[in-house]
Amino acid sequence: METNELTQYKGVWCCAEVRRGALVAAIFELLHAGRKLADQLGEPLCAVLVGNGVKKWTNDLIEAGAEKVYVLDHPALENFVDETHAQALAVAIRQAKPSVFLVSASTAGRSLASRLGVTLNTGAGADVSELSVETLVNGTTNAQVCAVRSTHGGNLFASIVFPKARPIVISVRPMAFPRAEKIAGKTGEIIDIALNPSEWKVRTKFVQFMPEENADLDIGSADKIVAAGRGLGKAEGFGMVRAFAKILGAAVGASRAAVDAGWITYRHQVGLTGRTVRPKLYIALGISGQVQHLAGMGQSETIVAINKDPDCPLMKVASLSVEADLYEFIPLVIEKLKQQKN
Amino acid sequence: MGLNIVACIKQTPATTSIQLDAATGKIITQGLTYGINPLDEYALEEALRIKERVPGSWVAVLTLGRPQASDALREALARGADSAYHLSDEAFVGSDTYGTSYLLAQGIKKIQTEKSANIDIVLCAKQTNDGDSGQVGPAIAVWLGWPNVAYVRKIQDINAQTIRVERTMEDGTDVLEMDLPALLSVVKEINEPRLPSLKGKMASKKAVIPTWKAADIGADASKIGEAGSLTKIWKRQTPPVRTGGVRIEGATAEEKAVKFVEKIKELKLL
Ligand SMILES: Cc1cc2nc3c(=O)[nH]c(=O)nc-3n(C[C@H](O)[C@H](O)[C@H](O)COP(=O)(O)OP(=O)(O)OC[C@H]3O[C@@H](n4cnc5c(N)ncnc54)[C@H](O)[C@@H]3O)c2cc1C
Ligand SMILES: Nc1ncnc2c1ncn2[C@@H]1O[C@H](COP(=O)(O)O)[C@@H](O)[C@H]1O
Repeated sequence: METNELTQYKGVWCCAEVRRGALVAAIFELLHAGRKLADQLGEPLCAVLVGNGVKKWTNDLIEAGAEKVYVLDHPALENFVDETHAQALAVAIRQAKPSVFLVSASTAGRSLASRLGVTLNTGAGADVSELSVETLVNGTTNAQVCAVRSTHGGNLFASIVFPKARPIVISVRPMAFPRAEKIAGKTGEIIDIALNPSEWKVRTKFVQFMPEENADLDIGSADKIVAAGRGLGKAEGFGMVRAFAKILGAAVGASRAAVDAGWITYRHQVGLTGRTVRPKLYIALGISGQVQHLAGMGQSETIVAINKDPDCPLMKVASLSVEADLYEFIPLVIEKLKQQKN
Repeated sequence: MGLNIVACIKQTPATTSIQLDAATGKIITQGLTYGINPLDEYALEEALRIKERVPGSWVAVLTLGRPQASDALREALARGADSAYHLSDEAFVGSDTYGTSYLLAQGIKKIQTEKSANIDIVLCAKQTNDGDSGQVGPAIAVWLGWPNVAYVRKIQDINAQTIRVERTMEDGTDVLEMDLPALLSVVKEINEPRLPSLKGKMASKKAVIPTWKAADIGADASKIGEAGSLTKIWKRQTPPVRTGGVRIEGATAEEKAVKFVEKIKELKLL
């Protein structure tokens, strides 16, 4: 794109997804991140609400800071279908020309951002954890959006810029930003976008959703995680881990060793071949802390390690470490926490 | 009728412990050993399993990377892939996910021409262990004009026209059906990769691997390399090193438990 074309794109958009009849809460993190960018760029902060029967959420978005809400409301958007969602958003983006498009780096969001990048011939940054507007990039002085993302399993951070095309498409790492605060009574504009999915090429059919049987908190959006590894020794050990997690209001994570042993499902695996998490508190029970595990949780704010081996890697990186047998120690801690609550 | 399958695999550093050159800010590649991106082993394995499931199918592996990346292709041949193709050209260096996905899509089209056959399925993995982006798979699908599903944990059913897959979501599992041709990005849960056989290893040493440059795949120079990339890396940094913090000491587990609870209360983590 030529410079004069780039400057026609205005507005920071945050993608508000409605799934299984609820607004996905990550939108409030996007609105927080987007507010700062919008103010620095001097552009409006907007939300784009996507789903089926979604109108009732427009006000929540406005009260969380959106000056405009674009509404993409259609039965075809009931569930996440990669190609359908990408086409719907491409319609809205081509029409309203935002300069930045933020979506949560969830399972859906990461595929969506990637499809949108190529569909719109624009740059896309994945799983971004910091956003800023910089004026001194490589000697240029015009303000540029800069996105920081981790690579090599969290061992490097790359700052990327998007000099050539708009909108800048970014999937934002869950939990990397706080949630936007509610400003009761705030008003904003609502804009309906007309969609004609019957005209689109859609070759994917959504068949059904099977909810996770164990209605655990999801580790991707939890601010506290209690994770356990091989040191747990047996599947039943997760009963104690869950009890501990429950008291703390934490989600349950696991090392690959625990997942491979069949003690808990893959969804809970933290690490290089599992999921990357960045909670405020990560408690590792009986996990040695091999690099592949550290790759998934090394950026947590406070890391606590509880292990029999005082010299294992996780005990060395932990902000707080306890040398103990977890079967002896955790029941005592649970007991103390229960006493505290009463 | 069998299915024609391409698995996209990348050769990446076997470790994620990467150092930066203090002077240039570039990654120090000296001394690094390379292998197939760990998750791509699952993409390859799933391709081989589809082949075993649907008689008459074949599996080609495709990589984009420096000349030595052919080692990754030979490893894939040893595990059972039928053919391998290597995209390698100085002009490709520095391509971002936009350029990389474009080149891989061009490579897939070229395989179709070479084989005078349409590709039915392309398999990628969730993400690489160096770029960590997870963008290349879905992006290839757009270049090819195909549907895609990411985070696939199971292929429930497959025939010559359609594929039904399970996708791991944060709150459960979605089941989706796609018309072929289609692209899948898989997660580790999908299978357990096999090891190369001795016979496979021997055969892979002798295999001829076509290497294609930009002109061979009809690549548009404006989309590739550092110059064609739509994203630019401004700088790289290593995260601050985490040094150990406080160790809870105590003569008994009871004593440690008391101190531990006090400490997390003090840190306002309750
Ligand atoms: C390509 C590749 C990808 C990988 N991806 C991942 C990944 O995504 N996630 C991941 O976690 N791993 C991954 N791994 C595996 C990783 O290398 C380790 O094998 C794994 O993390 C070990 O899990 P663990 O710490 O639970 O087990 P171990 O290393 O066996 O550690 C068990 C720990 O428990 C302690 N312990 C034992 N009993 C007790 C007790 N009663 N009380 C207290 N402590 C006790 C021991 O001292 C030890 O420190 C990967 C490996 C490879 C090669
Ligand atoms: N250079 C490459 N050559 C072949 N396949 C690749 C390459 N880069 C990425 N891929 C495929 O795309 C997936 C996602 O990669 P990424 O977007 O880099 O995380 C990988 O798991 C591979 O299947």
